[in-house]
Amino acid sequence: MSALQDKYKQLIDVANASGVSNLQVSEQDNVLHIDGDAPDGATKDKLWEIYGKIDPDFRAGDVVMNVNVAASAGSKAKVTTDSTNLNIRKGPGTDQPIVGKAAHNEIVTLQSKTNDQWWLIKTDGGVEGYAYAQYLSPQ
Amino acid sequence: MRLTKIFFAVFISASTLFFSCKPKDSDVQAKITEKFATVPELAGATASVTDGVATLTGEVKDDAAKGEAETTAKDVKGVKSVVNNCTVTPPVVAPVVPTVSPDAALTQGVTDATKDFPGVTAAVNNGEITLTGNIKRADLQRLMQSLNSLKPKKINNQLTIK
Repeated sequence: MSALQDKYKQLIDVANASGVSNLQVSEQDNVLHIDGDAPDGATKDKLWEIYGKIDPDFRAGDVVMNVNVAASAGSKAKVTTDSTNLNIRKGPGTDQPIVGKAAHNEIVTLQSKTNDQWWLIKTDGGVEGYAYAQYLSPQ
Repeated sequence: MRLTKIFFAVFISASTLFFSCKPKDSDVQAKITEKFATVPELAGATASVTDGVATLTGEVKDDAAKGEAETTAKDVKGVKSVVNNCTVTPPVVAPVVPTVSPDAALTQGVTDATKDFPGVTAAVNNGEITLTGNIKRADLQRLMQSLNSLKPKKINNQLTIK
């Protein structure tokens, strides 16, 4: 086992134990890459909590952890902004015009995943557009 | 005499049975080969049979497959013993290489990810994201989560955490 995998052993072990699918652990230029699909938001939170314990300020620059919550079309997601409304945009990008807003803690329906950053969502009010995935928690 | 005839008949049938019970080496070998062919793990193994002794050769991927070859051969009628000379050759596993996003996609992604953190400046160069400026500790993890999901090669965090 490499020194990096040893340093982040707990992270890899928990990812394995908590049912992260398509888990891939690899190394390139002294950076450990952990990719996979978490079964739920709690698992992703747990992994970040462990990562934050090993490297509290995320300063070492030796890990890229791309573990996101697997969510399928038709499933519900909660708007988890700090307190503000979430912008719904015409296209996947902050340069795209805003077509509507979803309130903090509102439940929306996932239409499709454009990528890990942008999801096409629909509100109960009928507004459809792209929202930043970081502020959506699959239910 | 009648009894002699009966004995003779019994002897003939017994001898026929006895000889039919002892399969030919070539038939035994064919049977083993046939069985190996039905198991993908044993595709590399071959058997040769002499006087009921099956000698197994060839390459299999692990010890479990080697053991399975032996068990399979032993189960074949007519095999007295097995000499297992199979060699274990583990399959070559190509090293896993992480996927890194091209700079254009990273630059777009970084713009979106830092939009809500006005104190943060992010630069993208050759797959690496370098962060400078200020951030509140409460916001750091959320920003890092966004940036990590962009699949960069590396993140250089030079932020001042407040």
